[in-house]
Amino acid sequence: MEAALNEAEQRLAEAVHAAHVAARPLRLLGSGSKSFYGNPVEGDDFPLTLPTDSIRHQPSELVVTVGAGTRLADLETVLAEGGQMLPFEPPHFGPRASVGGLVACGFSGPARPFSGSARDHLLGCRIINGSGRILHFGGEVMKNVAGYDISRLMCASLGTLGVILEASFKVLPIPAAQHTLRRPMDAKQALLEIATLTRSPLPLSAAAHYAGHLYLRVSGSESGVQAAVTEIGGETLEDGIQFWSDLREQRLAFFDGERPLWRLSVPPASALPDLPGDWLLDWAGAQRWLRSSADATQIRAATEAVGGHATLFRGGDDSLNVFHPLPDNLLALHRRVKQSFDPAGILNRGALYP
Amino acid sequence: MSDESSDFKPSPDTRLALGQLQMVLPEGGLLIDAESLRPYECDGLSAYRRLPLAVALPETVDQVQGVMRICHRLGIPVVARGAGTGLSGGALPLENGILLSLARFNRIVEIDAANRRARVQPGVRNLAISEAVAPLGLYYAPDPSSQIACSIGGNVAENSGGVHCLKYGLTVHNVQQVEMITAEGEQLLLGGGGLDGPGYDLLALVTGSEGLLGVITEVTVKLLPRPAHVSVLLAAFDDIEAAGNAVAGIIAAGIVPAGLEMMDNPSIRAAEDFVHAGYPVDATAILLCELDGSEAEVAAQVEQVSALLQRAGAGEVRTASDTDERQRFWAGRKAAFPAVGRISPDYYCMDGTIPRHRLAEILSRIANLSDEYGLRVANVFHAGDGNLHPLILYDANRPGELERAEQLGARILEASVEVGGSITGEHGVGIEKIDQMCVQFNSDELAQFHAVKAAFDTKGILNPGKAVPTLHRCAELGAMHVHKGELPFPELERF
Ligand SMILES: Cc1cc2nc3c(=O)[nH]c(=O)nc-3n(C[C@H](O)[C@H](O)[C@H](O)COP(=O)(O)OP(=O)(O)OC[C@H]3O[C@@H](n4cnc5c(N)ncnc54)[C@H](O)[C@@H]3O)c2cc1C
Repeated sequence: MEAALNEAEQRLAEAVHAAHVAARPLRLLGSGSKSFYGNPVEGDDFPLTLPTDSIRHQPSELVVTVGAGTRLADLETVLAEGGQMLPFEPPHFGPRASVGGLVACGFSGPARPFSGSARDHLLGCRIINGSGRILHFGGEVMKNVAGYDISRLMCASLGTLGVILEASFKVLPIPAAQHTLRRPMDAKQALLEIATLTRSPLPLSAAAHYAGHLYLRVSGSESGVQAAVTEIGGETLEDGIQFWSDLREQRLAFFDGERPLWRLSVPPASALPDLPGDWLLDWAGAQRWLRSSADATQIRAATEAVGGHATLFRGGDDSLNVFHPLPDNLLALHRRVKQSFDPAGILNRGALYP
Repeated sequence: MSDESSDFKPSPDTRLALGQLQMVLPEGGLLIDAESLRPYECDGLSAYRRLPLAVALPETVDQVQGVMRICHRLGIPVVARGAGTGLSGGALPLENGILLSLARFNRIVEIDAANRRARVQPGVRNLAISEAVAPLGLYYAPDPSSQIACSIGGNVAENSGGVHCLKYGLTVHNVQQVEMITAEGEQLLLGGGGLDGPGYDLLALVTGSEGLLGVITEVTVKLLPRPAHVSVLLAAFDDIEAAGNAVAGIIAAGIVPAGLEMMDNPSIRAAEDFVHAGYPVDATAILLCELDGSEAEVAAQVEQVSALLQRAGAGEVRTASDTDERQRFWAGRKAAFPAVGRISPDYYCMDGTIPRHRLAEILSRIANLSDEYGLRVANVFHAGDGNLHPLILYDANRPGELERAEQLGARILEASVEVGGSITGEHGVGIEKIDQMCVQFNSDELAQFHAVKAAFDTKGILNPGKAVPTLHRCAELGAMHVHKGELPFPELERF
């Protein structure tokens, strides 16, 4: 397995190097499960053929090291066999989702506000940078401050800084118990309720508002969950597991149809911006989904007004920059950072910022 | 460790520079006479001392920008300083540089309970944040042992940890946004008002960057609700390996303690003599395990963990449930450094991390090295996350002992890397571990670090000579670690 990995990696590194020398842009192709996301990429298709079965799980170290070509579903199965999980509940968006895509997109599921994000759990990674060098940053230990934290920078960089070969994550035990409660209320009320609940020490693990209901999940030991359920109150949702996974995978009816889907990342208790469209609030209010045909400028201005940023997640106008525009000096820094990894600008050119 | 920063030789007209700095700084905001510079000559790594050209004490972000613009224009190096408790020489001044103290940025700007966050200036002390938000039932989780003194800006610059970071994370997990002034004096906001920001995760990159990428002028930290119940268990072991296995056993049982710390016999004795925590002084090792959550949950876990500890071979297991007793249990651990300071004229604190299952092996290698160098070593260990602090005891007044202590320390760090760990878990590289960076990273990786640095600071004026060694330095040391004996793509130029 190790040998296969190295050979495949060497081959990719040589190809990236050749493209670097020829200044030939590459469009990195993983499993394609998240190819809907980001700005259009210029370049020749560059399939990332990497072994699909490289998983090294060390349960007593709370660490897993996994090859980027490995399917996320396979990784989760192996972890579950050891009684553990990726605490940030990454969305798959399809059965073929790979670990490389997880890192490149950096998505996190409903547990995010309570357990942390994909980048929070990334301990280290190996990459091929834009000049074709294989580099290793971070490692398999929980604490590591030697050198700049380049592993975490890879998260959500959409393959514009390097080809991800392998990643190590901090993993955690699967909680012994889980319970979902539901209460009818409108979105405004839900935000107030969440703000109150999250200020007391409850074992909350998800909070969302959807179709006239506040949904709350508590996780932990049997006794801890029982105590919290009594304290919070509400109707028990029997198929809670299904609800949270449908939310995470965008399978709820809210996500059907063609209207543009916006993702607003905002302070969790900030007021609901006055924008036309339908809302679904996740991440205890910090990640808000908006189905709206409103003008991008209007959506972005309203989001910025509360200190957040808005991404056109799916659909909408092809010619639009899907990511929130940056101030000039920050954009210039982004370009220099990109250049420091990829001097010839060949990796997923245009995916993040044009 | 010899010092590389003295290689940096800008040739500014220093009088001109000082005159310009005077113009942008407030009355009394520029110190130049040796007497006033003295308090800034070192940080917590006090074996290294040097006076800067001047100390700048700005009070506003505008003034910080003014200082940076002048220094950038004239090519004068700038070293930022928080509280100066760093243990790796990160805030050690440069002779021809400005020491930029953030001490006057000591205001908590905003406490936002609804969003569970606080916006603070970088000079605010770590503990002051938790104290300020305590009436709201909230706190700021990362709690370095230096928390009464160290600044939040320094915490961000070092990505500091504390005894509770196994469950609640390091600084990087608890900061949402920073305002930073670049080498050129530009103001940037990194991170976001929510849980993430647009674009690259430069917030993560800047956290732990030891003042090399920018000057942090404001930090938005995440606040957590105080746990409802807390208990601490203290278990005594007469065998280190058994103590190590107990740690693995707790984790394997699906429990993530709020804190899980280990001390070896020399540390136990030193701590007991100092704070009288009631530690069992004959034990080979003790484990401290803190559990938090709801009352029912904590009660159940205390029972489960006690049983586990006993099964793992603990001779004695005590439980502290009230605040007083809990604080007594922790007092010894939190005072471990000063306690060791009392039994030796000097001590040198190391900070390697290791995969936990290699603990017994590393400790026996440390014991052998201790014999070899003829210096005592006491070990304090963030056992939950594999972060080992060997404290090397020495006497700086005895010729050659400091050098021996440093060599011993270097060997310990190299052993940590060998077993798959890191040369630093939370104290940073600074000037102290700059040579060991050549062991942990190969030339391509170091080159990538330098390229990132150049993206932020083209002229290299921010904390030059710290954190990342030049390739030249590593090559001279012969420590450059080159995979399979050859550099990939030898035809490409390197720097
Ligand atoms: C007794 C003792 C116990 C300790 N325990 C722990 C512990 O448990 N965990 C832990 O992680 N550390 C610990 N430390 C180390 C130290 O306290 C931390 O590294 C702390 O974060 C340093 O903060 P400071 O404000 O003192 O920073 P300083 O020492 O002043 O500076 C540290 C570094 O940060 C840079 N810096 C400071 N402020 C800024 C800013 N505003 N912008 C940009 N760069 C800046 C400096 O240039 C320097 O490189 C301990 C130290 C002591 C003396």
